[in-house]
Amino acid sequence: MLNPTRIQLPNGATLLAKTTTTTPAVAINLGVRAGSASDPAGEPGSAWLLSRVIDRGTSSRSAAELAEALDSRGITLTITVTRHLFTLACRCLADDFEPVLTLLADILTSPSIPDEELAIRKREVVTSIRQDDDSPAVRASEALMELLYPDGHPYGRRTKGSIPIVESLMRDELLALHGARFAPGELTAVIVGDVEMPRIVDAAGRALGGWQRPAPPPLAIPPVAPASARQRMVIPMMNKAQADIAYGFVTIARTDPDYYAFWLMNNVFGQYSIGGRLGDSIRERQGMAYYVSSALDANVAPGPLAIRAGVNPANVDRAVASIDEEIERLVRDGISPKELDDSRKFLVGSIPRALETNAAIATFLQTADFFGLGLDYDARLPDLLRSVTLEQTNAAARRALDTARATVVIAGPYAD
Amino acid sequence: MRRTTLDNGLKVLIQEEHTAPLASVWCWYKVGSKDERPGLTGVSHWCEHMNFKGTTNIPRDQVKGIIEEYGGSWNGYTWIDQTTYLETATRDALDRMLFIESERMARCLYHPDDVESERTVIISELQGGENDPDQLLDQELTATAFKAHTYRHPTIGWLSDLQTMTREDLFGYYRRYYVPDNAALVIVGDVDTEATLRRVAHHFGDIDPGGAIERIRTLEPDQTGERRLTIRKEGTTAYLKIGYHAPSASDAEFFPLLVLDAVLTGAKGLNLWSSFRVPPPQRSARLYRALVERGLASNVYGAMMPTEDPFLYTVSATATSGTALATVEAAMLAELDGVARDGVTGAELAKAKSQLRARLVFESDSVTNIAHQLGYFETIGSLDAYTEAPARIAAVTLEQVASAAGRVLAASNRTIGYFDPVPLGASEISKSEV
Repeated sequence: MLNPTRIQLPNGATLLAKTTTTTPAVAINLGVRAGSASDPAGEPGSAWLLSRVIDRGTSSRSAAELAEALDSRGITLTITVTRHLFTLACRCLADDFEPVLTLLADILTSPSIPDEELAIRKREVVTSIRQDDDSPAVRASEALMELLYPDGHPYGRRTKGSIPIVESLMRDELLALHGARFAPGELTAVIVGDVEMPRIVDAAGRALGGWQRPAPPPLAIPPVAPASARQRMVIPMMNKAQADIAYGFVTIARTDPDYYAFWLMNNVFGQYSIGGRLGDSIRERQGMAYYVSSALDANVAPGPLAIRAGVNPANVDRAVASIDEEIERLVRDGISPKELDDSRKFLVGSIPRALETNAAIATFLQTADFFGLGLDYDARLPDLLRSVTLEQTNAAARRALDTARATVVIAGPYAD
Repeated sequence: MRRTTLDNGLKVLIQEEHTAPLASVWCWYKVGSKDERPGLTGVSHWCEHMNFKGTTNIPRDQVKGIIEEYGGSWNGYTWIDQTTYLETATRDALDRMLFIESERMARCLYHPDDVESERTVIISELQGGENDPDQLLDQELTATAFKAHTYRHPTIGWLSDLQTMTREDLFGYYRRYYVPDNAALVIVGDVDTEATLRRVAHHFGDIDPGGAIERIRTLEPDQTGERRLTIRKEGTTAYLKIGYHAPSASDAEFFPLLVLDAVLTGAKGLNLWSSFRVPPPQRSARLYRALVERGLASNVYGAMMPTEDPFLYTVSATATSGTALATVEAAMLAELDGVARDGVTGAELAKAKSQLRARLVFESDSVTNIAHQLGYFETIGSLDAYTEAPARIAAVTLEQVASAAGRVLAASNRTIGYFDPVPLGASEISKSEV
C-alpha cells in the first residue's frame, strides 16, 4: 500500500509525498489545474505555448542559467498539457532534490517569458503543427475529437492551437493566462523518491509556501450532447502508405459510479492482451492492421471512448465494418463471465507493476488527487474492480456503444 | 548477479532485486537483421511475430491470457543484432514465464494460416513506418551509408521480400537460430537465485543445442568520401540527418563517443528500451544551441547506440518552417567539424559525465529495465561495457574524446540525408556519392 503523506500548505498548495528507497532518485510532478481547457476564448493553444516557454526564464534566472542548472544535473524537464492539467515533471538524483525543487518552483511561479525566447518557441510549435498536419494518425484523432466535441468545446480543440493563433500570441497574453489560472490552490506537488519525509516537507514549504495568489474562478465545461446519428469524415492524404482510423463516442465522466464497469468493458473490448476483441478480429484473425485498440478517457466532463487502427488503404472499409460488427456483437450478446474474469484478474494483478517506479507512483498519485479518489485509492482499487458485475459491464457497453451513433474518421491514402 | 551456462550452451543471468514483488524474464537470441541474406530481409522480425502464435504445449487460443492471468505484460522486439522476448509479472508467475520462453525456444508451430495473416500485419507495420518522413529518411540514410554490411537493410525488411517469403523460409530460420547455445535467459526480480536456476534447468535443460552457426562475414569497407541522398516526397516538414560510421560497443572509442554525443546533443544513457524514450538534457548542448536556440531547427537529436559491429553515429534535425535544409546543414557541420578539430572543453566533459551518471541511475529503476540491460549487452558480446559503464565513463579523458571526434567526424566518413518535402507531384529518391 502506498500510504502517501498529504499536506496542505498555508497558501493552499497541496503536497503529496511518498518516500521510496528503490533507487537513489526522486520523481517530482508539479501539476496545476490549468490545462488546455482553460485557454482563453478564441485563443486555443495558449496553454500549450506557455508550456513551451515557461521554463525559458524567470524573474531571477535567465534561460541560459536555467538550461545550465538542469543540464548539469542530467535533468530533462518534461512539461505536459492535458485538458485540465499543466504539469512540470522530472526525475533527479536524490542528492539534487532541494535545488531542483527550488528551480521547478521558480519556473512554475515566476516565468518572465522573454520575447526572444517566445519567438523561437513559436517557430518550434508552428513546425510541430505542420508535422501533425502530415501525420494521418494525429489528423484522424484530432478530427474525431472535433466531431465528438463540436462548437469550440474545450475537449474538441487542438491542444496546440492553429498556426495563425500561435503566431499572434504575445508575451502579455501568456502572462495574463498564467496570472489568471496559476495559483497555489490549483497546485498539487507530488514528490516520490529516496528522500526522508521531513526533508520533503521542509523543501516543499520553502520552495512553494511563499507563493501567494488568489484562487481563480472555477472553470465551466459546457455540456456535451452525444451524437444523435452516425457521422463519417474522410481526410485524403494521398502521399501516405497507410490509413489511420479513429472511431469513437462520448461516454462518461471519471466520477460516474459506472466508471469501473466502463473500464472493464473497454479492457475486454479493445485492450486485453493485444487489443482485446478488436485485436482478435482485426489483427489476429484478419491480419489487417499492425495496431488496433480502444481507449477510455473518462474526464471531468464526459470523455471519449476512441478506437484507433492503422490499416492498408485497401482494408479501410473492411476494418470499419469489423469494428461495427464487434460493437454490435458486444451490445447484443454481452461479454462472457470468463472474459470479465480474465480482464479483472489482469487489471488487479497489474497494480504492483504499475506502481513499481517513482515516476509511475507520482503519476498515479497525481491522477488520484486530481479526481479526489482518496489517499487509499491504490488499496481500494482491487475491490472496486472486483465489485463490478457482468450485468453492469454489459450495461456499460449498451450505454457507451452504438454503431448508429458512431463517429468515424479516416485519414490517409483513401477517398470515398 | 549470477552468470552461468547450462550444458546445452544456454547462458543464464540472474539478479535478485527485492524492491517490488515482481520478476522480469527476458530471453535473448543472437539473431537480428544483420544475419539476413538477400531475399530474406525481414525474416528475423517476422519470426518474432510468429513466435507469439502458439506452441506444442500452448495452443493458439491459450496464448492470450497466459501471462495476463498474473497481471503481467509481455512484449518482444527485433533489431539489427538481436531478437528478444520478455514478460514482467508478479513473482508467482516466474515458473509460467520460464515455461513460455522454453516453449518459444523449441516448440513454436508456424501454422501456414498464421504466416499469411502475419504477412499483412507486417506489411501494415512497414507502411505505418513509411508514413513518418523521419523514419523513412533514417532507413534510406542507413542503406546509403552501408554498401556491404547487412546493417544496410531495415529490420522490417524490404517489401518484395515480405511479399514472397514462405512458411518454410521462416520455419527454417527459426530452427537454425532458436537454440539454447544461441540464447541468453535473463531473470531479474524478487526471486531466489538457486531455486530459479533449478527451474531454469527443468524447463530448458532438455533442449538440444544447435551447434555452430555460420554467420555472414562481410565487413563494411572504409568509406572514402562523403555520400548524400535526398528524398523528395510530399510532406510539410524538412528533415536533415547525418550519419558517421562509428565503433562497436566493445571498442575502446565507444565511451569517448558516448561522452561526445552528450556534449553535442545531451546524454541519453545506454538503455534502448527506456532511456531513448525520455528526451535528453540538452539545452546547453552544442548542437541544440547552434540549431534550436538560433531558430533553425525545432529539435535536434543524436544517437550513439551500442551495437555488436560498427554501426552509425547519427545526428538529426527538424528544420523550422521556412528554413532551408542547406542552412541547417551548414550550421550543423560547422559544429561537428569544429569539435572534430578542437575537441571539447573540460567543463563540457564534466557536465557530460554527470549527465550520464544520472541517466544510468534513471534507466535502472525497474526489474524490466535492469533485465533488458543485462541481456542486451550479453547478446552483443559486451556485458563488461554495461557492468563497467560507470567506471569507463568516469575514466574518459579530453584527449580520448578529441581523438575519437577527429577520427569519426571526418567528412569522408559521413552520409548526409535530406527529406525535402514537395507540396505536390512526383516523389523520388536520389542518391549520389561525392
